[in-house]
Amino acid sequence: MNPVAAVMIVAYITSTIAIFNGFATTFTQARIACVAIDAIARQPEARGPITTAMFASLAMAETGGIYGLVVSIIILFPNPILNNFIQYLV
Amino acid sequence: MLDFDLNVHRVITIGSIDIWITDTTFSMAGIMLILIIFAVVVRIKLSKFKEIPTGFQNFVELIVEMFENFVAGSAGAKLSWVGGWFFTVFSFLLLSNMSGVVWFVRPPTADWTVPLSLAIITVVLMQAVGVWYRGWDYISKFFKPFFLFLPINILGELSRPISLSFRLFGNVLGGMILVSLVYALTPTVVAMFLPVVLHAYFDVISGAMQAFVFTVLSLTYLGLAVSED
Repeated sequence: MNPVAAVMIVAYITSTIAIFNGFATTFTQARIACVAIDAIARQPEARGPITTAMFASLAMAETGGIYGLVVSIIILFPNPILNNFIQYLV
Repeated sequence: MLDFDLNVHRVITIGSIDIWITDTTFSMAGIMLILIIFAVVVRIKLSKFKEIPTGFQNFVELIVEMFENFVAGSAGAKLSWVGGWFFTVFSFLLLSNMSGVVWFVRPPTADWTVPLSLAIITVVLMQAVGVWYRGWDYISKFFKPFFLFLPINILGELSRPISLSFRLFGNVLGGMILVSLVYALTPTVVAMFLPVVLHAYFDVISGAMQAFVFTVLSLTYLGLAVSED
């Protein structure tokens, strides 16, 4: 097998694995939204502050997922692994 | 067909420093031009503002008042003077995240340098405000629970601009890549209708939300730096 093709395959598999942390992010965000909706149902008059706090915490929880996305994009498009490997071959 | 690479149009060399003129430079200049024109129009019309607002004046007063209340709510009344800066940041981020809907415009926030510089400004402002309002009390926070925790605390502070900037950058870049993938994968007839929905979500809704989130988190950081506990 062409060694560059093998590195590309590994890069694609790795970037897919990096996306998988979306599971944890989604469940965490669902939990936050769940709790916020509970709080709004209990105290409808506190809707404004709860919504603001919910968006801030959703953004906080999203960080992990975004890190995974950025890692995956870096592996796919700039692909430093492949560049290093090509330098090693030459 | 996949054109989400950052096109470098020209490299200007001054001394030993390379200045790269990229797509980001052009889109950022355009957005700043729009904001400056809007500000100049408001400034000219300011002399004609009446006691009872109508039309355009209503709109401007609505934005300014909403943002003042928002800053006072999330950073505390003590810090209401930072509202001007964060209003600039918010309007810039809003326009730049939404600029992806315009054909051939690459959102400036899809380049990591722009969110990173805004986040670094936020963190420097946060440390300055903390020292200004609390003095030694704020600096001693780095030595808690005891002095060996200094590196860990500094690392915690350094992780803030990274998480703040990557959140914005990742959202905008991810949306941009997804939309351009759909453009590349679908035939022309579908590409006239389907990406409209994706643009509406990834550029308008998500972009507005990310601009809001960036501002809220920055203001919360500032508020945390000033609070007494």
